[in-house]
Amino acid sequence: MKQNTTSFAIKVGLAEMLKGGVIMDVTNPEQATIAENSGAVAVMALERIPADIRKDGGIARMSDPEIIMEIQQAVTIPVMAKCRIGHLVEAQILEALNVDFIDESEVLTPADDINHVWKHDYNVPFVCGCRNLGEALRRIGEGACMIRTKGEAGSGNIVEAVRHMRQLQYEIRGLNGLNIEELMAKAKDIGAPFDLVCQVAKIGKLPVPHFAAGGIATPADAALMIQLGAKTVFVGSGIFMSVDPARRAEAIVEAVTYFDDFQKLASISTGLKGAMRGIDISDIPEEQRLQNRGW
Amino acid sequence: MVAKIGLLALQGDYDKHSHILAQLGMQSVLIRYPQQLNEISGLIIPGGESTTISKLIDISNLRQPLLLFARKFPILGTCAGLIIISKLQQEDSRVKTLKILDITITRNAYGPQSYSFIDNLTVIIDNKRSLNIDVTFIRAPQINTFESNVEVLASYNNMPVAIRQGHHIGLTFHPELNNVILFHQLAFGHALITRPYF
Repeated sequence: MKQNTTSFAIKVGLAEMLKGGVIMDVTNPEQATIAENSGAVAVMALERIPADIRKDGGIARMSDPEIIMEIQQAVTIPVMAKCRIGHLVEAQILEALNVDFIDESEVLTPADDINHVWKHDYNVPFVCGCRNLGEALRRIGEGACMIRTKGEAGSGNIVEAVRHMRQLQYEIRGLNGLNIEELMAKAKDIGAPFDLVCQVAKIGKLPVPHFAAGGIATPADAALMIQLGAKTVFVGSGIFMSVDPARRAEAIVEAVTYFDDFQKLASISTGLKGAMRGIDISDIPEEQRLQNRGW
Repeated sequence: MVAKIGLLALQGDYDKHSHILAQLGMQSVLIRYPQQLNEISGLIIPGGESTTISKLIDISNLRQPLLLFARKFPILGTCAGLIIISKLQQEDSRVKTLKILDITITRNAYGPQSYSFIDNLTVIIDNKRSLNIDVTFIRAPQINTFESNVEVLASYNNMPVAIRQGHHIGLTFHPELNNVILFHQLAFGHALITRPYF
């Protein structure tokens, strides 16, 4: 029996199964149960949701294992958890806890301002954020099995996720028609591994599933990201900062499945009560923008 | 005339199956509405999260139409898709299955993602043909019991992992992740003659 086989294919396999779904941030077993009952494909176990991290300030670290274990007990769907960028030991602890996916996330305070975790060393698959193609391919080169846009976590504002998604698609399309010498120049230019640049040029998309995160607050936001090319959305603060989380969670799940059905989207979006308040990006000082973390 | 096979596109890795159907010269149709079942001569319920797919089947009013469809046409259920067409070993309000197959199943029987694996299987069809294939098990379910009308096509550690009952095929693993076309061929090979008027 080849249990524990650490192959990239097995890890990407789980990311494939999460397609067409919604991954929800939760901070306790009650929220995890609401997320599961609303149709989430996975939950992200956190101590504080991004909007509270932004408000409270201080250092944001990996969750207390107790919270993660309580959430693992409460639900049957995959449980993800975040480690700080470059924090090898938080990643090792999350692997020991048998989480299903690790998010090496800019939402937490980085532990290393130059390097990321070498993710090929782990049995548990990793997801990482990106703002552009170079960043996405550096993370995949390190072993990330899923890429998500960063957006601006905890802002309730979709503009950054849209910017990052469009930027990535624009750069992928731009590889089309480049010859091998030009692909090397491009790899140098965007700081990405040459073999991955060639692979993306050949297949016309990232070699791992590509999801969206950062600022999704409504069913329409979720459907927008799917129409722009994301396969699944992460919703952080957007659900549990809203007036009626269960109803909103369910509506976002439905909006991802029916992302191109105008009539359904209209009825899904009706009567959801208040969304999270949200912040204009220009009101967030440059040094407080979470998306700038990651190298 | 090309056989049209539906991919239940509520959630999961349905797009991975369209490549396999294309290799078999079959056309895939993404299914999200009940009336679309009238256009197809077979259906794949893909892997994904069974809790999510079960919920979306009800939201989309697909439960009864799927049961009617299954009487006439073949369904291939893989992983979560197999759970959806089986009976749960232990009832769970989170997943309302269609109980089309006479097997009982346990969700996520191998444990968390660290215990997912790729391994080799021997497949025996009609008690004669024997084939070796590599397939991927992702947080896979396990078949606990099966009735006498269920044919076991492959076992792993003495537990059935691929079964056939009538025209339906159920797999606890993912043939689509290893580009295995055998089970699609087995399920839909006769699709052309089952709906000749299309």
